[in-house]
Amino acid sequence: MSATTDPYVGATLPAVAGVSPPHVVAFLIMTAALVAAPFFVYPVFLMKALCFALFACAFNLLIGYVGLLSFGHAVFLGSAGYGAAHSAKVWGFPPELAILFGTAAATVLGVVVGALAIRSKGIYFANITLAFAQMVYFFSLQAAFTGGEDGIQSVPRGTLLGVLNLKDTLTLYFVVLAIFLLGFLLIFRAIHSPFGQVLKAIRENEPRAISLGYRAEQYKLLAFVLSATFAGLAGATKALVFQLASLTDVHWTMSGEVVLMTLLGGLGTVFGPVVGAFIVVTLENYLAQLGAWVTVVQGVIFVICVLTFRRGVVGELGNLLRKSL
Amino acid sequence: MADDVILETEGLTKEFHGFVAVKDVALRVRRGTIHALIGPNGAGKTTCFNLLTHFLTPTRGRIRFNGREITGSRPADIARLGLVRSFQISAVFLHLSVLENVRVALQRKRGGSFDFWRSERVLDSLNGRALELIDAVGLAPFARTLAVELPYGRKRALEIATTLALDPEMMLLDEPTAGMAHEDVERISALIKRVAVNRTVLMVEHNLSVVENLSDTITVLARGEVLAEGDYRTVARSPEVIQAYMGSGHA
Ligand SMILES: Nc1ncnc2c1ncn2[C@@H]1O[C@H](COP(=O)(O)OP(=O)(O)OP(=O)(O)O)[C@@H](O)[C@H]1O
Ligand SMILES: [Mg+2]
Repeated sequence: MSATTDPYVGATLPAVAGVSPPHVVAFLIMTAALVAAPFFVYPVFLMKALCFALFACAFNLLIGYVGLLSFGHAVFLGSAGYGAAHSAKVWGFPPELAILFGTAAATVLGVVVGALAIRSKGIYFANITLAFAQMVYFFSLQAAFTGGEDGIQSVPRGTLLGVLNLKDTLTLYFVVLAIFLLGFLLIFRAIHSPFGQVLKAIRENEPRAISLGYRAEQYKLLAFVLSATFAGLAGATKALVFQLASLTDVHWTMSGEVVLMTLLGGLGTVFGPVVGAFIVVTLENYLAQLGAWVTVVQGVIFVICVLTFRRGVVGELGNLLRKSL
Repeated sequence: MADDVILETEGLTKEFHGFVAVKDVALRVRRGTIHALIGPNGAGKTTCFNLLTHFLTPTRGRIRFNGREITGSRPADIARLGLVRSFQISAVFLHLSVLENVRVALQRKRGGSFDFWRSERVLDSLNGRALELIDAVGLAPFARTLAVELPYGRKRALEIATTLALDPEMMLLDEPTAGMAHEDVERISALIKRVAVNRTVLMVEHNLSVVENLSDTITVLARGEVLAEGDYRTVARSPEVIQAYMGSGHA
């Protein structure tokens, strides 16, 4: 539904619903840039950014469209990473099955955490997800199969579907890009689906949605599980790219980082999380030589950004162009 | 005849930390009527609505809708049974368009609302019906406007259109005309009269001329208790009612 041709839309209104032309244009630009990028930029850096971008998009589905702040999303990223790494290395799963297995592990955890947390609101919801994340972290530290402090190292990348040799960096890059685009489009579709419409209604006014006969908790739970699943897809893919599953990905700082990416890029915008993830990963890359100061500098940049672009980079851009991106 | 009564409560009571907001209310709403619930501020009218739709759990008492006990049912399920409420403080989906607001209600009856893999374009088939409802409440020129941009009175009209979209057997309207301009009040009360032809309406309303005009039966509530019941003339003559309204500074 294109709202721009409608006589009733005031000039100040963004296109409210539906897949708007700006979305399509932005998507094409993004895809073209990502296809060309590995010929100019170090592919491993790009793959890292793509995994985080998908992770942030998954997170945004929950905070941006349901209004729920999960402070434990690293659980899904990290446990899917362990699942994929373990199944590829110990059980000899081919990469497609390893990714599927890791993702499924995140889905199952999503159902459990979601069922426990979804009835609470606001800070209580964040608390429950954080508590659960800490549990998973300590479990990962102690359990034998995760390799504790060392993690699961030298995970074989294998051959995708028996054809594509993922040892080749460029091949791997395009596989990761395909996974990212698939995840991105599925999340986009979920936001612009009959289900997404109900989610927006619940976010806008939960009692009213209930009074219309919607069992709000069930919708929120499904959103949570979807978000966990896509976060898992990102984590499983990341484990194969870096041939490593480690405690970093289940640590609470990782949960914090995804909040940062989403806020920087623009909460509740379609492209914001992607932009936010690229900014954060780039910053980390350039600031790496500062050692322990990275976090401090990151924090300062974050504060400056949040104070100057309240809506995030993409949110501000959309506001400038009067388009919802 | 038993099924003449669509909604019935028995000893309905709600206490908030010892304060009794609704006390032993026995309400009987006849099918196909417009029933008004009136009373001074703080009488417990909204609390009654919250109990009937289980947005609050009664301390004591029972509620039957269409001969079926709904006291413990979940709010969403009560709505699905055909007992749909509106809110005293206008409840619309602020950042959805007027069209989308009404469509969300139509979508619930359509089903398939968990379909996260389908395009929302499948909902466009509901636009025709949605626009009819929007037109009926006088909002046709604003169909694509975000609800947040509407003035208060029009938000209320939108809320009524959304409630009507569910085609509920019984509607609970909490002060439907509050905050509306005079001509809007007339349009909305005409609308209520029109849509009440084949359904039951229970409404809280402070505008007594609207009450007089529309209601078949009036229940007067004061300090949580039923003070009087009957048609407008009977109730208006009741000394307790006059006393209660004078006492609370109402005319
Ligand atoms: N959640 C609550 N907790 C404590 N007290 C409450 C609560 N809800 C309502 N009350 C009290 O119960 C009484 C009845 O409130 P209610 O909102 O039902 O009145 P009302 O008849 O709808 O009034 P009005 O005409 O002003 O809307 C009031 O004294 C109110 O303060
Ligand atoms: Mg009230």
